[in-house]
Amino acid sequence: MRASLSRLHVVGAFLVVAVLCLPLADLTTAGHDPWTALGRMARGFLSPDFSAIEQIARAIALTVAFAVTGVAAGGLAGLCLAPFYRLRIVRGLAIGLRSVHELFWALLLLQVFGISVWSGILAIALPYAGIFAKVLSEILDEADRGPSDWLGPRVDPLTRFLWARAPLVCPAMVNYALYRLECGLRSSAVLGFVGLPTLGFQLDSFFRQGEYGAAGAVMVIYVTLIASVRVWMRPRTAVLWLIAAMGLMTTVNAPPMGQGALWRFVSQDIIPAPLRQGDPTALWPWLWDLTTGAILPGLAATLVVAQLALILAGLMAFLGQALIVPRVTGRAGAALGHLLLVVLRSFPEYMLAYLFLQVWGPSMLPAILALGLHNGAIIAHLLGRQADGLAFRADAPQGLTLWGWEIVPRLFGPFVALCLYRWEIIIRESAIMGILGIATLGFYLDSAIGELRIDRAIVILAATALVTVGIDALSRAIRARLGAGQLRLSAARRVEARQAAGC
Amino acid sequence: MQLLDGADLGYGGAPVLRDVRLNVVVGERLALLGRSGSGKSTLLAALRPALLARGLRVALVPQDTSLVPQLSALRNVLMGRLDDHGALYNLRTLVRPRRVDRVGALAALERVGLGVEADRAVESLSGGQKQRVALARALFRKGQVILGDEPLSAVDPRQAEALAGTIATTFPTAVLALHDVGIARAFATRVVGLKAGTLLFDLPVGALDARRIEALYAG
Repeated sequence: MRASLSRLHVVGAFLVVAVLCLPLADLTTAGHDPWTALGRMARGFLSPDFSAIEQIARAIALTVAFAVTGVAAGGLAGLCLAPFYRLRIVRGLAIGLRSVHELFWALLLLQVFGISVWSGILAIALPYAGIFAKVLSEILDEADRGPSDWLGPRVDPLTRFLWARAPLVCPAMVNYALYRLECGLRSSAVLGFVGLPTLGFQLDSFFRQGEYGAAGAVMVIYVTLIASVRVWMRPRTAVLWLIAAMGLMTTVNAPPMGQGALWRFVSQDIIPAPLRQGDPTALWPWLWDLTTGAILPGLAATLVVAQLALILAGLMAFLGQALIVPRVTGRAGAALGHLLLVVLRSFPEYMLAYLFLQVWGPSMLPAILALGLHNGAIIAHLLGRQADGLAFRADAPQGLTLWGWEIVPRLFGPFVALCLYRWEIIIRESAIMGILGIATLGFYLDSAIGELRIDRAIVILAATALVTVGIDALSRAIRARLGAGQLRLSAARRVEARQAAGC
Repeated sequence: MQLLDGADLGYGGAPVLRDVRLNVVVGERLALLGRSGSGKSTLLAALRPALLARGLRVALVPQDTSLVPQLSALRNVLMGRLDDHGALYNLRTLVRPRRVDRVGALAALERVGLGVEADRAVESLSGGQKQRVALARALFRKGQVILGDEPLSAVDPRQAEALAGTIATTFPTAVLALHDVGIARAFATRVVGLKAGTLLFDLPVGALDARRIEALYAG
């Protein structure tokens, strides 16, 4: 497709939308003094208290165990779906699975399985299966067809796959699975905030007790854990990790759910109340009430948070894209930049928002800050890696001049493309922030579940999924009109695009 | 064998070669000559299905080698005979080749001078070595016809001449696209010159003179 939109116009349009959103945003700091809270927290993080290490160790072990089993189950299911991704039913199933966020899956699954390991494993496995199916099918499509063609028509499908397809796609698939495990570790930690026994739960209880030192210890261990995934998780040891994780799962005591919880869930709970009560004429008023009372206000708040967060992320990435380039910030500066970006990338946006909420109180501000910083750090990291790979001429300037004259103009295209990739993710995550008490879609969903009105929750969930799919399509359309969607990407660029659209 | 009879060949809508007729007699060795882009690869690609349709066993040496980089040279050579066996047999070969297969594949690798590299992954080999593995795969496969698209382009000239001889003794019939006229003269019984999508000449090798070669490669 011909490039029919200019990048500057797209950026300008997003800025205008953000300015229009600004008056609608609730950015109050709820009356309490943020600096004392911030000070206490900073002291806690700077002097982490490891005395509760046994509790923390178990929470960490369970976080890893949920991530490993969830990603493995999702990966396996995705691998089985990937060859059939061209079928409309498989593609539809995958889109449906991945358009619902892990936390929303968890909220629903908790209704069915209670606080059991299955809720946690499936909450990760179901959306990841949809993502794996898509990405693994892309990897299969991209692989060289030469060896398979060489074999000729008489070779049976199993032989063709094992000899001429699997070896070609295996490295890319293993690499992607490792990346997904990093995502899974974040998802798994965050599941603790809705009650599963992972790091989020531990962090929440430390905060409630005011034990900032212990919370600091949790943070330090968590960042180390995520930053070192590729050291402790090797393809060869993956099976051992999986067995150990499953072994640990069997030690989790869960309160038993009543018999037939699943059946009641699908046969009664999710049926809209008017239909359940045998009054189909009341369905329209019920839907209208739900739409005007929950979905539209939730959607408006979600979009306001997301648009402002996107601008903040873009600003952070624009300024920070050269943070890890030694020619700009010096060797020490680049090392510091790496540290900053690693920390911001490692913490899931939900956890960051939780922290900021402790400081500024409930408003859109913590959510916008968390989303902006986390996503900005991811984009800045991906751009920084590209900037580091640019071939500068020997007499190129250094420092800010290099940033302004070489890096910004050369990377402006990738910058806009990466921001558009993150857009959909920011929307998904903005909806999630509602569980923390900010009035986005997740808030209405969480309240509906809290009131045991699962039928309402399902409709809100479907609306949320539709918005996500719509934004994804819009982002793809804009990228295509910028002339970046149809380009044949190099292998490294494809990996980058996948990570930008990942987690 | 009248392999092509007035066919238009090409990718998608635009034909690269028009109205091609090619008759190959068993025992002939054809060399296709011409500048890059003249249609040699297109012609070879069309010959494979035509030969397969006649029930002939074809060994192929593609220009891009079509090897599996992650597998060892030995296993890439073993791929030459996968269609002779069922899925279980091939699975066992992938895990641990039988003695007889291993000996056969090693012999093919030794004929191209790569016996010592048998267990190295193809991705760690040089361009010329990869090309020789692709040739060894065809030698291991055997067959009535070999189709090769520049199978010796990255091999050093002296070795290339010897390998061309190996091809000539292994396969009764051969069609090779070659860029080296000297090797073509030594190897082929018949030469076909392609230029800008047309057959410029189709001669016994003895009739190939300097004037024709000049015309073939001239701008």
